[in-house]
Amino acid sequence: MSTRLHVDWTRCDGRGLCTELLPRLLTRDEWGYPLSRSGRPEPELRSDELADAREAVGLCPRLALSLQNHR
Amino acid sequence: MTTAERVDVPPDQPRGARLLSARSPELAAHTAQHGPLPTLSGPQLVALLEASGLAGRGGAGFPTWRKLADVAATATRRTVVVANGAEGEPRSSKDAVLLADAPHLVLDGLALAGAALGAHRLHLYSGAHALAPVRAALAERPGMRVILTEAPDTFVAGEESAVIRALGGGPALPYDRTTRITQKGLRGRPTLVQNVETLAHLALAARHGAAWFRSVGPVEDPGTRLVTLSGDVTHPGVREVASGTNLAALLADAGTDPTRVRAVLVGGYHGAWVPGPELGRTTLSVTSLSRFGASPGAGVLHVLGVDRCGLTAAADIATWLGTQSARQCGPCVNGLPTMAATLTRLAHGERTPALVGEVRRLADVVTGRGSCRHPDGTARFVHSSLTVFDHDVRAHLHGACEATPGRAL
Repeated sequence: MSTRLHVDWTRCDGRGLCTELLPRLLTRDEWGYPLSRSGRPEPELRSDELADAREAVGLCPRLALSLQNHR
Repeated sequence: MTTAERVDVPPDQPRGARLLSARSPELAAHTAQHGPLPTLSGPQLVALLEASGLAGRGGAGFPTWRKLADVAATATRRTVVVANGAEGEPRSSKDAVLLADAPHLVLDGLALAGAALGAHRLHLYSGAHALAPVRAALAERPGMRVILTEAPDTFVAGEESAVIRALGGGPALPYDRTTRITQKGLRGRPTLVQNVETLAHLALAARHGAAWFRSVGPVEDPGTRLVTLSGDVTHPGVREVASGTNLAALLADAGTDPTRVRAVLVGGYHGAWVPGPELGRTTLSVTSLSRFGASPGAGVLHVLGVDRCGLTAAADIATWLGTQSARQCGPCVNGLPTMAATLTRLAHGERTPALVGEVRRLADVVTGRGSCRHPDGTARFVHSSLTVFDHDVRAHLHGACEATPGRAL
């Protein structure tokens, strides 16, 4: 089981909270939108990042983030 | 004998043509040419399609049996089947031609898939002009109920999730998905969306079997394909060819000298270029085209003559693709126009070598960062343009252009 961070690009407007909470995973592109450092569209979360990821999901003002569980 | 083993060639078939073989679009001509439509159960249809190796003809080339099996696995009495004839590709008209010339084959495929999945509703979605012949065909089949929906004339209107939104009464724009449409599509119901050409092939495979279907084309990519030839060709338009047809031969057949071709854009605007000198060694098949990062896609073959600048053509297409963003996703809204503008500077002769790397960087930045594949497809096209026209890129950086030798840019 792995957990990945999903961005709903139709909602995201680049406020940047997620990039501050998950700096290992995300940076920002030149327009301010979150950019996966690994290049993976849905970056995988380590177990020690889950708490920060849940916080990012809850704090995103655009409700653009979700965690996806994959077997 | 199972359906998959039966081989009987339809009578009176013009050379090579399968889909476009009936004498007229009317039901009588259709029945005379193709005979009655068999009924298959879900498992029978999935097995037939797996044995046939039919891949989707809408662009992505996904194995048809897998999509069907996925819907069948979650099928309920509320399952929906959609024939997708929205042809947003500006260089494609094969779906419109198919719906005009052989609407009953498409309706057969839709009816067959619907019956096999026990579907509750059947839909057909296409541009306004392509719906007229479908209405006429449905008038000849009073027992069949199909909901017709007009697709707007935009590039993304035919994208699967845009189709679902349009059928639900919304705008024909993609939406964010975390589950597959085959499991949760129109109003949350399991939904099969198939390109109209795919459904027409399915209708014939059901009649004549997998071995017949495979009797044309390469093992990994069998059957015939509808292609649309455009650009610098003597005889543009739609034709049905065997999958695996040599590209130089195909162009020669359309009255074009393949040695006078700079490159052919294969698949569509999200496709890739095959350089002119490679046409004789390349066929219209998944395996052969993969060398160029191309695929048969929606069957678009857009020819660029030797006297045209590849970079200018690429910049124009990239610019147009930028205008076709659904304007929902930031990286696409911002990235595509920036990428196109950078490519245009290169095409117009700005002698800044860093522009090349910048175009490629922007292509990588937009990839995978949208609710649909529009940024990914546009990035693929742009990468292919820089690779295939690499020599001309260097010429441009020295103030020259291969299309106009001896003249300064």
